[in-house]
Amino acid sequence: MTSLPSLPTPKKLGLVIDLDVCVGCHACVISCKEWNTGGYGAALSDQQPYGADVSGTFLNRIHTFEVVPEGGQVIGEAGDARIVHFPKSCLHCEDAPCVTVCPTGASYKRAEDGIVLVDESKCIGCGLCAWSCAYGAREMDLAAGVMKKCTLCVDRIYNETLKEIDRVPSCVRTCPANARHYGDLGDPTSDVSRMVAERGGYDLMPEQGTRPTNKYLPPRPRKPLAASAGSAVLAENTDGAKGFFAWLDGMLDRI
Amino acid sequence: MHPAPSIILFTTLSGLGYGLAAVLGLGLLDASTLSAKLAHVAALVMIAGGLLSSTLHLGNPQRAWRALSQWRSSWLSREGVMAMATFVPLTISAWFAVIEGRYLPVVGLVGAVMCGATVYCTAMIYASLRSIQAWNTGLTPICYLLFSAAGGLLLSTVVAVISGSSSDLCAVLALVAVIAAWAAKSAWWKRLRTLVPLSTPESATGLGNIGHVRLFERPHMNDNYLTREMGFKIARKHALKLSKMAILLGGVVPVALMLVVILGGSTTAMLAAVLAVLLYACGLVVERWLFFAEARHAVMNYYGD
Ligand code: SF4
Ligand code: SF4
Ligand code: SF4
Repeated sequence: MTSLPSLPTPKKLGLVIDLDVCVGCHACVISCKEWNTGGYGAALSDQQPYGADVSGTFLNRIHTFEVVPEGGQVIGEAGDARIVHFPKSCLHCEDAPCVTVCPTGASYKRAEDGIVLVDESKCIGCGLCAWSCAYGAREMDLAAGVMKKCTLCVDRIYNETLKEIDRVPSCVRTCPANARHYGDLGDPTSDVSRMVAERGGYDLMPEQGTRPTNKYLPPRPRKPLAASAGSAVLAENTDGAKGFFAWLDGMLDRI
Repeated sequence: MHPAPSIILFTTLSGLGYGLAAVLGLGLLDASTLSAKLAHVAALVMIAGGLLSSTLHLGNPQRAWRALSQWRSSWLSREGVMAMATFVPLTISAWFAVIEGRYLPVVGLVGAVMCGATVYCTAMIYASLRSIQAWNTGLTPICYLLFSAAGGLLLSTVVAVISGSSSDLCAVLALVAVIAAWAAKSAWWKRLRTLVPLSTPESATGLGNIGHVRLFERPHMNDNYLTREMGFKIARKHALKLSKMAILLGGVVPVALMLVVILGGSTTAMLAAVLAVLLYACGLVVERWLFFAEARHAVMNYYGD
């Protein structure tokens, strides 16, 4: 059924991604591919993996942006440019257009926890769902001819054969910086909901009307580079040196 | 968006086919003539050919029947259902025309309405996608319907001229429809070229309150499915040139040729009508190619173009 659940789902499982913390190492990209190529559905194929024109199917990608404040084009003027690493996977939208456009019933949103999935045995590989997703969260697997997308690691989070600590998405478990968090965004007392409330977590492209479940935490304000640069600059004078350094300063002056 | 030849072929061919079938259904052509009989068959062939070519881009065409199941929510599914259902009146009409040389008004009218509905569903597949702002307008189905009607009327003019019956009505209607279609398309293009983007790199990343957002590094060095499928770009100067060419080939010249049909003798009329259809089809292919090539997908906000 490609109609969306008629009632709000009791749970809204999803991710919270902290843009202040992500270091852009792509570890989650690799762990996502590693887990999901052997798990749910067809393998995530690569095309020409050892050729010049290598490409392949991934469910999670890291973009890197430069954000330049007004006047920041000139170094040292108003605010510095900053680099933000930006992980992007399916946002498990509440009004998911990818679900309603699907002609076959392959794409669906689970009524119990809001996870958006593809039943690959029904998918004809028409690609319309990928067109409808403004976020680019769906990629057609060219070998299998079916649509692939983030499953929120549905085969881990409920998997009782795994140790409890591992019952989270692979990307969350892997992230060395702890930039990805998993939880129930429908429960206001959950850790992720509180994090979103405290840090002002937001939706991507709210104007697309998709009401994403996943939230992004903004980078924290940073003090300007110039403010912390003072100590780093090689100083010409040694006024105020004390103790051992004052002695060393004096000795070196004498040589 | 990537202009896939199979989809361009599908929308052009099936559009022309449904247009012709609708004109036949309205009883504008004398069903007893040989050329009208052939026209019935040609319409069905064009529609079927278009549908077949649309399955060429599927990853798993053997399961295509499943696409008929989700008509409650999906325009693509509705199109599939309508296309199948429309074959019923069209085949009955064709049968009676070819075998008995008779026109069945009720079946014909039902068929004509269903042709229109099918073309509308095709257009709504595109028009309903908010992620592709260029298409997300009521003008999209209007263009598709008018282009289909104009194509059908041009084709029926050829049929009328060949059968030797009076072609004036068809030619006049074709002339009006061609003008209306390109007028609607011009409005569509005008909207496209003055569009304020709904989504920007700033809204896509949510970082706009810090400053201007620019892509620093892509997630991957080579193309992937997304950039191949949605990253197609065409220089604006070419788009403008091509759209003018399409209007000239598919609009201005066919209109002039319809005047020739109305005023000229039978041989000139025949040549003019055939030429008008051929040029119109070329114009339409250019228009369809641009429809895809010019459309920018919101995901490109993450890819810096
Ligand atoms: S992010 Fe894209 S694929 Fe995921 S639910 Fe939203 S629209 Fe669908
Ligand atoms: S590609 Fe598959 S999942 Fe996506 S819309 Fe087509 S049939 Fe549905
Ligand atoms: S939740 Fe699982 S499938 Fe989704 S991005 Fe993370 S690792 Fe990949």
